Amino acid sequence: MLTALFADIHANLAALEACLRHARDHGAERFAFLGDLVGYGPDPAEVIEAIRAVPGAIVLKGNHDEAIEVEPKLRDLNDVAYAAIEWTRKVLSAEQRRFLSELPLLTHQGDSCYVHASANRPEKWTYVEDAATARASIQAAGTSYVFSGHVHEQTLYFESESGKTFSFEPVPGSAIPVPPRRKWLAIVGSAGQPRDGNPAASYALFDDTSHTLTFFRIPYDHLATARRIRAAGLPEFLAERIERGL
Amino acid sequence: MAPNPWKPGATLDGFTLGEVVHTGGMGTLFRVTKPGSSEPWLMKVPRLGPGQPSEAIIGFETEAAIAPTLKGEHVPSCIAVGDLASTPYLVLEFVEGECLEDVISAAPLPALEVARIGAALADALHAIHQQEVIHLDFKPSNVILRRDGTAVLLDFGFAHHARYPDLLAEETRFRAGSAPYVSPEQLLGSREDRRSDLFALGVVLYEMATGKLPFGEPDTDVRNRFWLDPPPPSVLAPELPPWLQEIILRSLEPRAELRYQSAAHVAFDLRNEEQVTLTERASRKTHAGLFAHLGRFVRARAEFGPRLRSPKALLSRTPVVLVAVDTTHIDDERHPAIRLATSQILSQSTEYRLICLTVIAPSTPSLDHLVRLRHWVAPLGLSAQRLSIHAIESGSPGETIVDLAKHNTVDRIVIGAPTEGGRAWTNSTASTVTANAGCSVHVVRVPKP
Repeated sequence: MLTALFADIHANLAALEACLRHARDHGAERFAFLGDLVGYGPDPAEVIEAIRAVPGAIVLKGNHDEAIEVEPKLRDLNDVAYAAIEWTRKVLSAEQRRFLSELPLLTHQGDSCYVHASANRPEKWTYVEDAATARASIQAAGTSYVFSGHVHEQTLYFESESGKTFSFEPVPGSAIPVPPRRKWLAIVGSAGQPRDGNPAASYALFDDTSHTLTFFRIPYDHLATARRIRAAGLPEFLAERIERGL
Repeated sequence: MAPNPWKPGATLDGFTLGEVVHTGGMGTLFRVTKPGSSEPWLMKVPRLGPGQPSEAIIGFETEAAIAPTLKGEHVPSCIAVGDLASTPYLVLEFVEGECLEDVISAAPLPALEVARIGAALADALHAIHQQEVIHLDFKPSNVILRRDGTAVLLDFGFAHHARYPDLLAEETRFRAGSAPYVSPEQLLGSREDRRSDLFALGVVLYEMATGKLPFGEPDTDVRNRFWLDPPPPSVLAPELPPWLQEIILRSLEPRAELRYQSAAHVAFDLRNEEQVTLTERASRKTHAGLFAHLGRFVRARAEFGPRLRSPKALLSRTPVVLVAVDTTHIDDERHPAIRLATSQILSQSTEYRLICLTVIAPSTPSLDHLVRLRHWVAPLGLSAQRLSIHAIESGSPGETIVDLAKHNTVDRIVIGAPTEGGRAWTNSTASTVTANAGCSVHVVRVPKP
């Protein structure tokens, strides 16, 4: 079965819809949303409803989703992110806020673990950004596969035979063999706010029959999203970031 | 893990196991058949289980990932891959032919034979390099020569695929390639440089030409190739022509940037001896003396000492461009436009090669045309190592251009469109080439005012 993996959607409906369409066209049957549904972007309510409309979806909580209900510690979110959180709180219904607050931090299904940040103490929102943090997440998960986000750039970590952890920068569109006899951690990339200089949305497809993982970059009308950010009165920096993908 | 369950006569996923063809350190090869197919196949089963080297498993895992992606006549077709966790196996085409190891047992071989087989080997390496794969364990026992002369590469257990995570990277406790053939940069841990395969090819060419290995069969210390100057092959095989010595010694340069930059270029030089640029290597009669070696040893320690990480030498950055120039009509207004287009294409890369071709009527003296061709290309200011010049007699220029491009794995052809008032497009050489070439074709038009 094909599982589509989305992370860091950040209230960007156009990006999410483009990725969902691409995934369905490729035969995806299971959908996992790895947290940070909201924050930064102009469509938090629409994104929540679009995700709730996906039957059987795996949905996890990210730090921005948590910040809607729990006043974040100052060090956790910068001013721009915090301004977006305050704006988001206002546009969400009480019911949508409850939906976010009830999301789990981590889920296991079969040989896969789904989490927003690290499977090692997910509530700490640790960035998996090097071999050591990837290794900690892999070991805490205990599964062959860990799918996560939080870091916005697509990366594949894997354990070598000698127990060391290495990272690999995937080429979009190439199906990578990921046999389950070793451990893999995929950062699927941000759907709604890419930061690698390429404004195209990121997501990944996992095939648990052939054991292959394919990372994708999906172009969408990101300039329209930037316009909507400005129209909503969100900080200018967030609009520029969408425009430049940085 | 259970002991190896595979025995002749057993069936697995629809395959019936036949006789054992080979048992080695890494696994077992069976002949297999499948009802409804008459093709001869081989099943490769790794040695797994307690006490087996994990090298065998990672090698198998690597081959299982890469073999199914490879296409073309230079690799065995991959028929099936078993489930790695429960029943790991690979079913591959059984390649009929002679193992290069057996051919080499008759070495030294005549120069033309070395060139013919060597060009076939270079073609095969170029074919996998074009598919973003580096073999990294190229040696005679991993090559089958088909009866038609094409070479087939076996065993991708050490290979590197640019689009896949490298499972063998950093597994430093494993040997890197096979000692007599391994390149200096591989010894330093690099697995991303396809020029490593060209070093191994150089060792095989040396071996075919002389019957000896350039760096011997080192048991433990293989680092001699950083500084040791192998005896010039013509010392061991006095009949060896200078052009072949040039090709062999250039391939064996310890620094990858001094070697050929693509296998296609090696194949080209092996097929076009008159185009080989001869340097001091070609006439070398003695290898460097004690003091020179000492100096090199010290330099190599300094240069290669820190872990070498060469940048990825991507094949897309080393294009071969063929430009068709009509030297019969030397005042043609298209010439400057074609030259401009060619120089623009070449400016995108520093590692290109240019093949300059004119097709002349049968029985025309070619010297005049070669002179004109040199004159035509001179303004581009190319070094002799990047340039080759050909005047070919033929009545059908389009087919000749397409053939030459195919045999030299050309990446792009530059050709002029028919002139106004000249031939119709459908009858033109440009249209024949555009329709039939196996690569991109850049058709140049003179802008109309």
